Amino acid sequence: MTDIATYNFAYLDEQTKRMIRRAILKGIAIPGYQVPFASREMPMPYGWGTGGVQVTASIIGPDDVLKVIDQGADDTTNAVSIRAFFKKVANVAVTTDTATATIIQTRHRIPEHPLTAGQVLVFQVPIPEPLRFLEPRETETRKMHALEEYGLMHVKLYEDIAKHGRIATTYAYPVKVEGRYVMDPSPTPKFDNPKMHRSPALQLFGAGREKRIYAVPPFTDVVSLDFEDHPFEVQTFDQPCALCAAENVYLDEVILDDHGGHMFVCSDTDHCEKRRADGHRGHLAPDTHPASENMEPAQ
Amino acid sequence: MDIAVQSIEGGFADPVFNAQAVFRAVMDAMARPGSVQPLPALARPPAPLSATSGAIALALCDNDAPVWLDPALHASAAVISWLGFHSGAPLANTPADAHFAFVATPAEMMALDGFSQGTQDYPDRSTTLILQVADLTSGTPLLLEGPGIETTATIAPAQMPRHFVEQWKQNNKRFPRGVDIILASPEALACLPRTTRIKMLEA
Repeated sequence: MTDIATYNFAYLDEQTKRMIRRAILKGIAIPGYQVPFASREMPMPYGWGTGGVQVTASIIGPDDVLKVIDQGADDTTNAVSIRAFFKKVANVAVTTDTATATIIQTRHRIPEHPLTAGQVLVFQVPIPEPLRFLEPRETETRKMHALEEYGLMHVKLYEDIAKHGRIATTYAYPVKVEGRYVMDPSPTPKFDNPKMHRSPALQLFGAGREKRIYAVPPFTDVVSLDFEDHPFEVQTFDQPCALCAAENVYLDEVILDDHGGHMFVCSDTDHCEKRRADGHRGHLAPDTHPASENMEPAQ
Repeated sequence: MDIAVQSIEGGFADPVFNAQAVFRAVMDAMARPGSVQPLPALARPPAPLSATSGAIALALCDNDAPVWLDPALHASAAVISWLGFHSGAPLANTPADAHFAFVATPAEMMALDGFSQGTQDYPDRSTTLILQVADLTSGTPLLLEGPGIETTATIAPAQMPRHFVEQWKQNNKRFPRGVDIILASPEALACLPRTTRIKMLEA
């Protein structure tokens, strides 16, 4: 505890925490509604997860186990520095294991491992307003939410179909929460949208620069907007993960050389590592025998 | 005991961690309506403010969050000065100005629509009610449905307001406006956010 003596526990002062806590409770009571809050300056720039960090700092306690992911990965800059931040200012246990974490702060992914009751997923949100790119005026979008007037969003999706033959939105795909509020799920790939629907975990969203907090309680309907003749579909991949051979997971493309070589690997690093530890091997996985340098198909 | 002493003693022994523990209990209860979250007595407010609702006040109220006290609580100078000393929360002039309303005798309380319901544009500007109940098991069982509840949940708080089920239906109909309720029993709390539907009364 000596390290944190110069800070209040979890960095924020108590009055700020109370203000954020009140906003979180209102957000949970009105699923999908964006609660304004007095976002503070954090020791990191806007766009680096200041909203998520403030939410996490307000809910975290000494018994919590924190996991932080950035685009699914536990080992990228944003995830590493936020994890280090909370280790320093709150002295909490941190992990990369999805199942043992009590709080998971995430930038743009939902873990592949199913979440359980009692876990809290904290999203970092850049633009919380799903209607913002269609209507720049806050006064208007607020009225549209108040009147449940979401025609503009359907026009946008329809124009996608008219132009591209399909709904071209692939991330930050708008959802309707509990049949009332249209919500931005943050820029997660639409692949993750079905995981939000009736999830046993509590989902909290923090947007620091835009000063909004919203929430989806457990077991709440989260339905991706679509049309009868153009139903919502998630991305599919025509090959499994090159390292762990996982199918039906979200994959990242990794460029291997300047001759067009590339591979697709799990975006969720924890999931991929666990599968490889269990003996799953993809076609580009490093061979266990040091003798054969070249990669060989596992099967 | 002297009011000055009563109003100074009985705050959180460990303000940072106690406030966090109380908030997490309220958050979990709000996220899972009907679930009962145990809460040790972390605050010792003067009667008739209970230990549980006193702890909620210390965890959530401050000078940005005006509180309203029901007549039973308002009659106690010790309660008013305890809340003032420990939380700094101002007293709301009317129930409709309050962010939080503390009710010691829910059976005699005013109608739910007398509190702030928020506006259609800002439904978060509503009153959160903290009702002190004797327990959460001996009253009329309420069957709950809605967000946060997998199938159904049952809770049976004692001494609820009159015509509560009918009043709550009206509260549901005002969605997204409406009030949220925290039920504070001596050693636990449970929540009824405005999205929770009371399906029916069990026989």
